[in-house]
Amino acid sequence: MISLKNVTKRYGGASGVAVEDLSLDINRGETVVLVGPSGCGKTTTMKMINRLIEPTSGSLTVDGVDVLHQDPVKLRRGIGYVIQSIGLLPHRTIEENIGTVPRLIGWDEEHINARIQELVEIFQLDREMLSRYPSELSGGQRQRVGVARALAADPPVMLMDEPFAAVDPIVRERLQDQFLEIQSSLKKTIVFVTHDIDEAIKLADRIAILNVGGVIEQYAPPEEILSEPANDFVKSFVGRERGLKRLALVKVADIEAEEGPVVAPGDPAPRAIAEMEKYGFDWASVVEDGELLGWVDRAMVESAGKVDPADARPFSSYVTAKNSLREALESIVTSRTRVAVVVTEGQRYRGVLTLERISKEIVS
Amino acid sequence: MTSELFRWDWFFDHLDEIWVLTVEHLRLTAIAVVIGFLVSFPLGVLAYRHNRIYGPITAVTGILYTIPSLALFMILGPLTGTLSTTTAEIGLVSYTLLIIIRNTVAGFRGVPDDVKEAARGMGYTSRQSLWKVELPLAIPAIVAGVRIATVTTIGLVTVTAYIGQGGLGIYILEGLQRFFNTQIFIGAGLSMLLAIIAERALVLAERWLTPWSRARVGAS
Repeated sequence: MISLKNVTKRYGGASGVAVEDLSLDINRGETVVLVGPSGCGKTTTMKMINRLIEPTSGSLTVDGVDVLHQDPVKLRRGIGYVIQSIGLLPHRTIEENIGTVPRLIGWDEEHINARIQELVEIFQLDREMLSRYPSELSGGQRQRVGVARALAADPPVMLMDEPFAAVDPIVRERLQDQFLEIQSSLKKTIVFVTHDIDEAIKLADRIAILNVGGVIEQYAPPEEILSEPANDFVKSFVGRERGLKRLALVKVADIEAEEGPVVAPGDPAPRAIAEMEKYGFDWASVVEDGELLGWVDRAMVESAGKVDPADARPFSSYVTAKNSLREALESIVTSRTRVAVVVTEGQRYRGVLTLERISKEIVS
Repeated sequence: MTSELFRWDWFFDHLDEIWVLTVEHLRLTAIAVVIGFLVSFPLGVLAYRHNRIYGPITAVTGILYTIPSLALFMILGPLTGTLSTTTAEIGLVSYTLLIIIRNTVAGFRGVPDDVKEAARGMGYTSRQSLWKVELPLAIPAIVAGVRIATVTTIGLVTVTAYIGQGGLGIYILEGLQRFFNTQIFIGAGLSMLLAIIAERALVLAERWLTPWSRARVGAS
């Protein structure tokens, strides 16, 4: 979809070469994150795709079309663009901001309004926000409007330059989750620039790790970058906790849950205690027809003489198939029982995850 | 003539004449500011787009600005007619240029880079960006320039009394020649009042032109 071949950007004077002889192919529908230390040329590389920066030499194609021989204004109208500071037009209402590119390319008002309504749905924007000015919105809201605006004319390609860097961590995480959700249905071809390796790992289909001068040190899926860093530069850039970071990429659904102690309401005490001892626990999950009711411990069973469903206490946290192993780990270390209980939709019991099981994933 | 501070009876006897002079004062001011703006704004835009000419433009208008006004009117007299409106207006206009040009350029230069970059990145041509994005955002500074120019001009108009123009300046001049306080007070007072009213009117015009700047209170 996007192809850079031997692209070089040289500046006159002391600053010299920003990007040297860089080649990069990006597939349709893929999110590629360019990441690297400052001065590595990641933003320069991205801006050459819509020719906000003109390459000194090399060739660039988007969807098979030679970008360097295309009218740059027309090119840019066909590529969604989000910058770090968002750059909403302060003198235009939110509605007008979102409609900017459709208006530039001459959609009729009806079409524009219908599209704005659609984007309001997709991004769950507050409708009364539409008639406001950007200065009246919070940072997180502005950020969502910025992304919605970039998507307004439904461009196949999006360029995003640290779009979530200026908001606080909680809002950033929410925006990233929303980004993933929307991208999973829209399947745009996205070039995303960040200096935050964790953001790259979370959002990318493939990550390009750039070194100073636009040298690509490794271009691979996040999984591979974490498990097989190409060299010391990648290793040090990815940082410590590579194992933990990989856990964030693996979903609970991807691994087999373990068996744990399970009892049914009405089970006699000796049978329930035998079940607990089998796993070396002093508690068991109470499951009735596949549905998880809670947990009981040995003392409750002994005093009642059987498993009384009225005794069952709810677990303080569960993990579901959608959670990552990192979240499961969090659940394990914070729970009193040192075990994470896995449920599927409708509270169906699936098994447990223990520290041993998860550390196997880190090592493998 | 009289040592009385202010003679109300004289004031009420001359209401018609005062009105005529006030209108004349406003007319001289309006012509100067409108022509000044029509000359300065395009020059300001040019200077913003072509940095090289900013220096020469401000140098020339800066020199004009430093010429003492009374001297300027006297110099121009033989060239354009000693007692003509043209002479007065050439002088008045030349004092507005520097102020309006500087503010216009400052207004355009003050447009945030990220807004300009976003506009370019979305596919605005540079002309579209200039008129539809940068100009609206430069309005407050441009209007500020027009405000200063207007207030300055209203004051300067009184000096043109020396070449037979002057609006309310005529009262100041006559009052000085006749040692008649009442006339000086009326001329100076109304001139100040005009300046204040014009200034407020332009502030309102700016608010009307920039509805977004009223909505400054950001949500949390």
